[in-house]
Amino acid sequence: MANFLLEIGSEEIPDWMLAPAVEHLQTAFTKLLADHKLKGKVEWADATPRRLAIWLTGLPQGQNNSVEVLTGPPKSAGDGAAVGFAKKNGIAVDQLETLTTPKGEYFSFKRRVAGRATTSIFADALPALILGIPWPKSMYWLGKGTPRFIRPLRWICALFGAGIVEFEVAGVKSSNRTHGHRKFGKKNIRVSAVRYAAQLEANFVIVQAAGRRKRIEDGIAALLEGKGLRLKADAGLLDTLTYLTEWPTPILGSFDPAYLALPAEVLITVMRHHQKYFSVLKEDGSLAPHFIAVLNTPGDPDGLIASGNERVLRARFNDARFFWGVDQQKKLADRVEDLKAVTFQRELGSYFLKTERNVALTRELGGDAHAQRAALLAKCDLTCEMVKEFTELQGVIGGLYCRAQGETSEVAQAVYDHYKPVSMEDSIPSTRTGQLVALADKADTLKECFRVGMIPSGSKDPFALRRAAQGVVKILAEGVLDVPLQNLIGGDAKLEEFYQDRVRHYFRELRGFAYDEVNAVMARGWTELKSVGARLEAVKAVRPTENFEPLAASFKRIQNILDQAAFDGQSVIDPALLQEPAERDLHTAMKQLSLAGLDYPTALIRIAALRPLVDHFFDKVMVNAPDHAVRANRLALLFYLRSEFSRIADFSEIITS
Amino acid sequence: MDTFQDLVFKLKKYWSDRGCILQEPFDAEVGAGTMAPETFLRVLGPKPYRVAYVQPSRRPADGRYGENPNRLYKHHQLQVILKPTPADVIDQYLGSLEAIGIDLSKHDIKFEEDNWESPTLGAWGVGWQVMLDGLEITQFTYFQQCGGIDLELVPAELTYGLERIAAFLQGVESIYEIEWAPGFTYADVRLADEQQLSVYNFEMADVASLWQTFEINEREAQRFVHLWAKLDQDTPALERARFPVLGAYEHVLKCSHSFNMLDARGAISVTERVGVIGRVRKLAVGVAHMWAAQQQPPPPAATATEAA
Repeated sequence: MANFLLEIGSEEIPDWMLAPAVEHLQTAFTKLLADHKLKGKVEWADATPRRLAIWLTGLPQGQNNSVEVLTGPPKSAGDGAAVGFAKKNGIAVDQLETLTTPKGEYFSFKRRVAGRATTSIFADALPALILGIPWPKSMYWLGKGTPRFIRPLRWICALFGAGIVEFEVAGVKSSNRTHGHRKFGKKNIRVSAVRYAAQLEANFVIVQAAGRRKRIEDGIAALLEGKGLRLKADAGLLDTLTYLTEWPTPILGSFDPAYLALPAEVLITVMRHHQKYFSVLKEDGSLAPHFIAVLNTPGDPDGLIASGNERVLRARFNDARFFWGVDQQKKLADRVEDLKAVTFQRELGSYFLKTERNVALTRELGGDAHAQRAALLAKCDLTCEMVKEFTELQGVIGGLYCRAQGETSEVAQAVYDHYKPVSMEDSIPSTRTGQLVALADKADTLKECFRVGMIPSGSKDPFALRRAAQGVVKILAEGVLDVPLQNLIGGDAKLEEFYQDRVRHYFRELRGFAYDEVNAVMARGWTELKSVGARLEAVKAVRPTENFEPLAASFKRIQNILDQAAFDGQSVIDPALLQEPAERDLHTAMKQLSLAGLDYPTALIRIAALRPLVDHFFDKVMVNAPDHAVRANRLALLFYLRSEFSRIADFSEIITS
Repeated sequence: MDTFQDLVFKLKKYWSDRGCILQEPFDAEVGAGTMAPETFLRVLGPKPYRVAYVQPSRRPADGRYGENPNRLYKHHQLQVILKPTPADVIDQYLGSLEAIGIDLSKHDIKFEEDNWESPTLGAWGVGWQVMLDGLEITQFTYFQQCGGIDLELVPAELTYGLERIAAFLQGVESIYEIEWAPGFTYADVRLADEQQLSVYNFEMADVASLWQTFEINEREAQRFVHLWAKLDQDTPALERARFPVLGAYEHVLKCSHSFNMLDARGAISVTERVGVIGRVRKLAVGVAHMWAAQQQPPPPAATATEAA
């Protein structure tokens, strides 16, 4: 049994692409082994910015030899055919055997197939495997028409046991060499496969992402210990820095506490998005005048790196302070007119017009004076320097300025939150006013864009309308507003379909309901989102109970019967025509079953309890009775059953096991 | 301590020692070193080329009246083009940092993904912003396409932000405090330029004239694109070689600068922006194709004399 190490050396690969690439590499190797019937397994795969590495164990030296039976012409074809067959396979006629099959006797012979050496299989397969790693945006570097990779490929280390698996890819020959950290490691290190990770570690490369992550976390803990400070945790940033470094070392930097007069949102954005620094909190949870930078070096003995980073941050904070000061010279309320110069969309005019529509819609949806004021001011920060510099803070800055300029906290919070939710995972605005303003803003964008034909198709959604619609759905489903989605559609069929898709997507993907439950519930109304949510919860809760799925199956049967009979639902049940006890019992139970005032789960349980009677009905009663009146009456009974008791969900949509 | 001009000398010497032609700045207004023909045109075609030059880069909208310590209307880039890219390009680049006195064992260098795209030039590439202790000091790009043409040889473009690097090396908080030459600060040399041109660009440049300038130059560049299209197999090689593609390109650059000026004056609405950029790109793409065609060896002469 042998081991195999592959290290693909590249120039610095973007951090966010590494984890998916590692995953692909693992899958590709697992498939390679399976395709060639090789035992062995992928022990681990990992990556740093400059390398992808994978370690396989338990590999055989080669494939087993095998025997393959080749069937030739039938014996009846005669000797001439036998000679031809033997010649074609490079053997003598007397080496042929006879294969007896149900169809008769055939010439045949057993060919021995020599198993290939594992190294030879790898050498053949690896160039394509390496170049087959999918990257979001690849490049070529050797000239037009040459192989593509994410960045130039610079070395390949491929060791099967102690021997090199020899191949060439994009002009790079495989070898037994690797390279350490750009500055602190050696170059051309001769790799001993079993000591690979340790060799790299001695050269300031931690090849395992988990090891780097731990080094960052431990380093930060050590920096903050005993100082009354704690980290503002940021999993995304930790990921980024783990994959941006080969030898990560956190350092603690400081800034002038005077900058804390700026809003924390601004300081954190500068640190997080522009500098990739962690923020640090005091014990009371407020921002401390410190930051944590993660270096790609062993340390900062002379403090030069810390002071360099502090200098950069100072310049950025100075900019922010300057923008804040300039922006305060003109209140948001005085900037509404300035929105005439800011285009919303080419066909839809300026943000001034957009604001007018937002205010009107907010009022229409029941917004009070606060809500209308917030809608009026919401977009004004687009004319501010701070937002031009930190576009990701739009809305947030407006909210902060409202507060600083004496608007009510209701208005300020609504402006602050009105872009929320910015993603599926983001929360909705925290106040009713905020929800209204956010809803009006998004609903207007959707309605207007659809009106002028700016409709997303396939993967093309340049105006992020899916996100806007998702926001509308999330606000209505999770917030306090009681607005039917219908009121936001304005009779636009395409927009209706678009929203419907988003509702389905929301309840399936975000809330995790099964697709048939979502279909069943939405078939009974999908525009009142709180009702959709409550009905789904009920269906999901009652579904595992014993009566539910069988009843659902019966409803499907009922639906089919009604469809086949083309029953129009016009006739009334005539109790006198109910002949069989089974139909009388069902009718009585239906009449007695009142769902008024019941919550959805209770109602569903009561409906499900009809199941024995429904089963009994189908056992004993033939719907298609010869007598026309009897038949019509039975159809009416079924129609009543279906229509009265599937208002929560259309049970015939439930896929029964 | 090195002055601003020492920094420039050292970088030029470093790249000169590595086989680069040292060019002087291009003498028309450009927004970046990339736009100078030494980059935009030379990256096209199959001929290897290595060049380094300082390019004063004008970005009218970035002006701050000389009052912001970190922002300039006109900054200086040291632009290096290595075509094709040598395999040890990153080592060479890091060597240039050591050459200007940055001891990399005491600093933190990171290569962070930053892909470059110029809609006005129909050009893009992939690469990094190089971060030194949290400061972006260089844009490093592997060009993939220029003027809408896939490049035959992939050049590495290194663009050093000279003011930032100088301020870092000199440990000053404001660009204007940089010592340019002994006894002269950056402010002594350039502050008036920043003050006056900010006023001009933002407040006083005549919008109607700028539009006219744009249109005149657009027409002129367009005229040459059309004339080139009329050349054919029978055009003598000398006439092809002398066809003023470079002249046409200068008009494209003037269009681009007029556009930037109009933008700074707030005379281009967001709605118009895309359209105007598209007009410049169309010219840039046209010129790039002309230049690439002009670099091709002349079509083989008619094989009239060859006997059967």
